[in-house]
Amino acid sequence: MLRDITIGQYYPVESLIHRRDPRLKILAVFGFVIVLFMIDSLTNYVYAAGFIGLIIAASKVPLKYILKGLKPIFLIIFFTFTINMFLTRGEIIYKMGIFEITREGLHQAVFMSLRLIFLIIGTSILTLTTSPIELTDGIERLLNPFRRIGVPAHELAMMMTIALRFIPTILEETDKIMKAQMARGADFESGNIVKRAKSLIPLLVPLFIGAFRRADDLATAMEARCYRGGKSRTRMKQLKFNKGDFAGSILMVLFYGYLVFLRIA
Amino acid sequence: MKNIIEVKKASYKYVTEEEEFLAVDNVEFVVGRGEFVVVIGHNGSGKSTLAKMLNAILVPCDGQVLINGMDTKDENNLWEIRRSAGMVFQNPDNQIVATIVEEDVAFGPENLGVEPEEIRRRVDRAIGVVGMSEYKRKPPHLLSGGQKQRIAIAGILAMKPECIILDEPTAMLDPSGRKEVIETITGLNKSEGITIIHITHFMEEAVHADRVIVMDDGKIILQGTPKEVFSQSETILGCGLSLPQVTLLANSLKKEGLPVREGVLTMEEMVEELCRLL
Repeated sequence: MLRDITIGQYYPVESLIHRRDPRLKILAVFGFVIVLFMIDSLTNYVYAAGFIGLIIAASKVPLKYILKGLKPIFLIIFFTFTINMFLTRGEIIYKMGIFEITREGLHQAVFMSLRLIFLIIGTSILTLTTSPIELTDGIERLLNPFRRIGVPAHELAMMMTIALRFIPTILEETDKIMKAQMARGADFESGNIVKRAKSLIPLLVPLFIGAFRRADDLATAMEARCYRGGKSRTRMKQLKFNKGDFAGSILMVLFYGYLVFLRIA
Repeated sequence: MKNIIEVKKASYKYVTEEEEFLAVDNVEFVVGRGEFVVVIGHNGSGKSTLAKMLNAILVPCDGQVLINGMDTKDENNLWEIRRSAGMVFQNPDNQIVATIVEEDVAFGPENLGVEPEEIRRRVDRAIGVVGMSEYKRKPPHLLSGGQKQRIAIAGILAMKPECIILDEPTAMLDPSGRKEVIETITGLNKSEGITIIHITHFMEEAVHADRVIVMDDGKIILQGTPKEVFSQSETILGCGLSLPQVTLLANSLKKEGLPVREGVLTMEEMVEELCRLL
């Protein structure tokens, strides 16, 4: 059962957005988040929505898939909306008992919720259209200039790669250990929270020991294959910033710039 | 330079706080270019320690190990030694680094600082040689044990080694996976001329080797062609190893008084021998 878990949520199709350089996509999402928290008029939100809509259309990822990402945070959006609506002071437009809704509150509630929704959709598009490897590659290259000030760019990327590589392996092992313990009468499903947490100990101890052993083996195997850190290392796949990426970045800068300009002016 | 590996009176001691354990004791042998050598021995006979010494993961406490004429004690030789004598380990899961097969095969050459286009060529070729081209873009956790080991071999192959050391590569595999791996390394030895040191405890895997080295208690107790080694059944059984099944059968037939020849190792030889007797 645990075996079926997919890592990340990459949606593998060919599209204009999938083909873009991961660095561009990461920066675009980064910029988008900043812009989202700067704009505060309805027209600008309409622009932002239109922008996202265009990108979703270009990415060929079904809308259903993207909206699915919103489900887990529905509760957070709901709370943000209610709290903002009731607790912001200002001109009262509706009153019932101790609850009062203000114009400013409603305004704030709608915008905060929209921001959250756009934020999640924006980042989902990134992970849906970029494979985990491209993502780690992109992060490594983006952080590379900061190596001089001590950011361990290569090490971070290597750790992410190894983590991604071993998630399915460790899950499989968890499954195996669970079954082995269940065969000996372990019960993972009944009792209250404390009891359930306690029943996880016989699962976690062998899992951790196994993980450390794996780490040891892997380190030896990596050394045997001449791994000596990021220095003088080359990569088989080079990231290439092509014409499409240039066009994309120009469009992005223009659009974000326009929104920021509207906000300031 | 004729010999790729020269082990000269090498010993290795594991030192813990309570005790010292001499895992490899004064071992001496050479391996020539293109040879297929199988090292057998039961658990704890020092064969894995010996393997790690050939790749400079462990450095002998006494004596010398020379790979391609380079001393493993010299730090400057380290990466060149590991490139020319690649190593495949027992657990197929714990030696694959990347999330995509071809990325993993590229790991070695990337570490060596090879140019991107050249890495691409080497990776495609190495994956082709082990017969895994169609799995190039698959994540490794979806592969079988035998396939994972073939990928590990391809990863070594992409570093263009002269010699591959395999430390019980088949111990965790099922019979079909074991066959895949054995066929792959035999093929590498025959068609690519790569020297193979295969460490195993499956006697059947030793019968096709050019030379068999039997280890017990850190020492080499027998060395020679499979025929020579397996005809010393007393010594082999004496150190807790078994004989290939076919040889066992031949020995029992001999005990029953049938004039079966010495050194019957494979099924084909057995069939021939039985036909001769009939």
